Amino acid sequence: MALPKNLNENAQQEILNVSRRGFLKGAGGLTLGVILTPALSRFASAESPTFAPNAFLRIGTDNTVTVISKFIEMGQGSYTGVATLIAEELCASWDQVRTEGAPADVKLYVNAGMGVQGTGGSSAMAGSYEQMRQAGATAKAMLVSAAAARWNVAPDTITVSKGVVKHTASGRTATFGDLADAAAKQPVPQKVTLKKSEDFDLIGKLKLQRKDSVDKTNGTAIFTQDFKLPDMLVAVVAHPTRFGAKVQSFDATKAKAVPGVVDVVQFEAVNPYCLPGVAVLAKNTWAARQGRDALSVQWDETKTFKLGSDELFAQYKETATKPGLVARKDGDATAAIAGAAKVIEADYEVPYLAHAAMEPLNCVVKLSADRCDIWNGEQFQTVDQGAVAQYLGLPLTQVSLTQLYAGGSFGRRANPHSDYVLEAVAIAKAARAKGLNVPVKMVWMREDDMRGGQYRPMYLHRARLALNSKGELVAWHQRTVGQSIMKGTAFEAFGMKDGIDGTSIEGVSDMPYDVPNLQVELHTPDNVGVPIQWWRSVGHSHTAFTTESLMDEAAAAAGKDPYEYRRGMLTKFPRHKALLELVAEKAGWNQPLKPATGKDKRGRGIAVHSAFGSYVAQVAEVTVKPNGSFKVDRVVCAVDCGVAINPDVIKAQMEGCIGFGLAAALHGEITLKDGEVQQSNFHQFQVLRINEMPSVEVHIMASTEPPTGVGEPGLPPIAPAVANAIFAAIGKRVRKLPIGDQLKKA
Amino acid sequence: MVTLNINGKDKELDALPEMPLLWALRDVADLTGTKYGCGMSLCGACTVHLDGKAIRSCVTPVSAAVGKKVVTIEGVAENHVGQAVQTAWQKLDVVQCGYCQSGQIMSATALLSTNKKPTDADIDAAMAGNICRCATYVRVRAAIHQAAETLA
Repeated sequence: MALPKNLNENAQQEILNVSRRGFLKGAGGLTLGVILTPALSRFASAESPTFAPNAFLRIGTDNTVTVISKFIEMGQGSYTGVATLIAEELCASWDQVRTEGAPADVKLYVNAGMGVQGTGGSSAMAGSYEQMRQAGATAKAMLVSAAAARWNVAPDTITVSKGVVKHTASGRTATFGDLADAAAKQPVPQKVTLKKSEDFDLIGKLKLQRKDSVDKTNGTAIFTQDFKLPDMLVAVVAHPTRFGAKVQSFDATKAKAVPGVVDVVQFEAVNPYCLPGVAVLAKNTWAARQGRDALSVQWDETKTFKLGSDELFAQYKETATKPGLVARKDGDATAAIAGAAKVIEADYEVPYLAHAAMEPLNCVVKLSADRCDIWNGEQFQTVDQGAVAQYLGLPLTQVSLTQLYAGGSFGRRANPHSDYVLEAVAIAKAARAKGLNVPVKMVWMREDDMRGGQYRPMYLHRARLALNSKGELVAWHQRTVGQSIMKGTAFEAFGMKDGIDGTSIEGVSDMPYDVPNLQVELHTPDNVGVPIQWWRSVGHSHTAFTTESLMDEAAAAAGKDPYEYRRGMLTKFPRHKALLELVAEKAGWNQPLKPATGKDKRGRGIAVHSAFGSYVAQVAEVTVKPNGSFKVDRVVCAVDCGVAINPDVIKAQMEGCIGFGLAAALHGEITLKDGEVQQSNFHQFQVLRINEMPSVEVHIMASTEPPTGVGEPGLPPIAPAVANAIFAAIGKRVRKLPIGDQLKKA
Repeated sequence: MVTLNINGKDKELDALPEMPLLWALRDVADLTGTKYGCGMSLCGACTVHLDGKAIRSCVTPVSAAVGKKVVTIEGVAENHVGQAVQTAWQKLDVVQCGYCQSGQIMSATALLSTNKKPTDADIDAAMAGNICRCATYVRVRAAIHQAAETLA
């Protein structure tokens, strides 16, 4: 998702003490809230009924600091990042800090970058950097005030370090827990001074243990899949095999005969992006699955989508012959191409992709007459809360969402149509209508998850590039065809302008290279009945592949080194340029690549791309065997994400983005035939396994710029870096993903 | 009712003999550290030890575990190899989303129980059945090497 220019605008804020407001009942000690400045005057009176604190931490009398994260932990390290920022200014000991997920309340926990409560767009650290440090610094000041009052000394004679409050002259010390109750009664300081970066104890330091490391290695971490309530039933569903189908009739006789099955209910598609179906409710997952498999469902397929991927690509190619909406126009690309010394024409194609997180989608719902409680790897609180409230006709306050760990998401659990959350609620509602007033855990089997739609869209990019007689790139004309992710969502006004979905062409229309004549056009077909959604790095997941592969094509056509060629065209984008230089140096670009043995061929490729405010450059080295099989041996990665809050988490995200991106580059593909998804599980939708994982070296650019995200920006450069390395090795240009066995056909 | 020996203790479980061990552990024995990922022995998230060997519990019926010793992630640290693996995992912060990591740790422990000093190639061969979508593989390799060193 695109973000507003300056997330740190929310730095202007006021911290409020909510310890005595019953905000968190039963939690002794100090609880701090933060509210944003524009609303401040309305909250001047502590007794104001509109008082709405934004609670980010509490300190218990047991000396535990609990950080409340509005950003879900789905692997990207947000729980660790938010804790680092608060602990830094609080001067807490890292071991006394724990993190838990925030409840749904957009007033308290809005993500300023998205305008809703939710996690996405690699925005967590950018959105937290000022706000969470303020929260920590304020809490520290109140602890100091409490100690000063207790010891009858001046506050400025007191120091705090690693969780110990100390009056040096007298040697008196206290823990946060000792002071928590007294601190809660202190006035909130109007202004706190944040540390200078040279005084940081935690930010930028190697290495703080992840806050989720222990519970995810001993089996105690609770994901939705693990969450249980008394009397809860498990629901396994039968979905149609074609998008747009409805239930015509079903026979549940055999399903109900399965031991453990309690009932079978039909549920509705709450909106056009949800799937309808039949759910089998049972006492355990296995019984529910057996029951589902024993169902006989007749589907009404009169309004289903019945095309295949090949036909869709053929349609897209036909569409690409016509002019599209113009997303960017500099100079006159058409004229420049007509008069060029050399023209490159190329079609780049990418397929539908499933997110295929390791935890298949699931959701726990407890429904009663006047409220709905949901437990889930909740990534999109405001959207889901609103959708559920509207569906059930309940006020928002009667819909609670508890954020559990998500076993991966890659965008999927932030569905703009609340598809799977509404499905779980629809099942609970159907069950309740039959007198089953029990909590329901909807569990999609892997096949349901993989065939359930909401894919990264397939795209065609048709490009013409022109070089002059000196080999300089003088024109770039690109026409993109693909479904719009933003259209029809609550984010349409935010993500679309003049009919152009920015996420379809981000990374092309804003390319950093000096191209005097640049035209980017977009076609957005609206007759494709395949539900789609953002997928890790959104538009950049395919635009970087085209842009950085085409730059390589241009360099080759000009007879220039692909690194030097790019470098010479980045005069207006110094951060791209510096990063490219860093990765080239670290990868030893100017030294010869270690040669292959025997008849194998080796090559290396380079790519640089900016996404979500961060910059990543990568050099990939590949070895191609005579039979066309190949291996990515090594990836050198450089990242500029501003201030590096948790260097080890940044490294981990680069490693992960490279692996996730490689899965898509090498194998990832959801295809349709006659409207049916052809992949159902990991034997057909191949992902990356450890034997295909290259060695990865990550270098972090030193920076004092405000921090930006790392959950997605590491992904876009890997596909073009690998494709360019293949070209360097064997001279074959990869223009279609996944690479699959394309080299074998060569 | 069947009796299974899980993490060193006999437990009576209300499970049919054909129920996959995965669901008996998760839904009946309430040991939810073992995860469902594919149901077809393709991803390794459900890996547990049966008499010390790593097996996929999603395709192993309860009846096949009767009379044998089942060890899950909840009990793996009771064994010194498992404890070394778990410690290395925590030291290197291998986890990201964490969902597959129980299975990774069980497979890694089984590997180190038979191969005290695995090479990268040994690790790749032994661990290729365990998918991690977060692609924590670089650290999985490093953590296995580190655990091997502490055990040496």
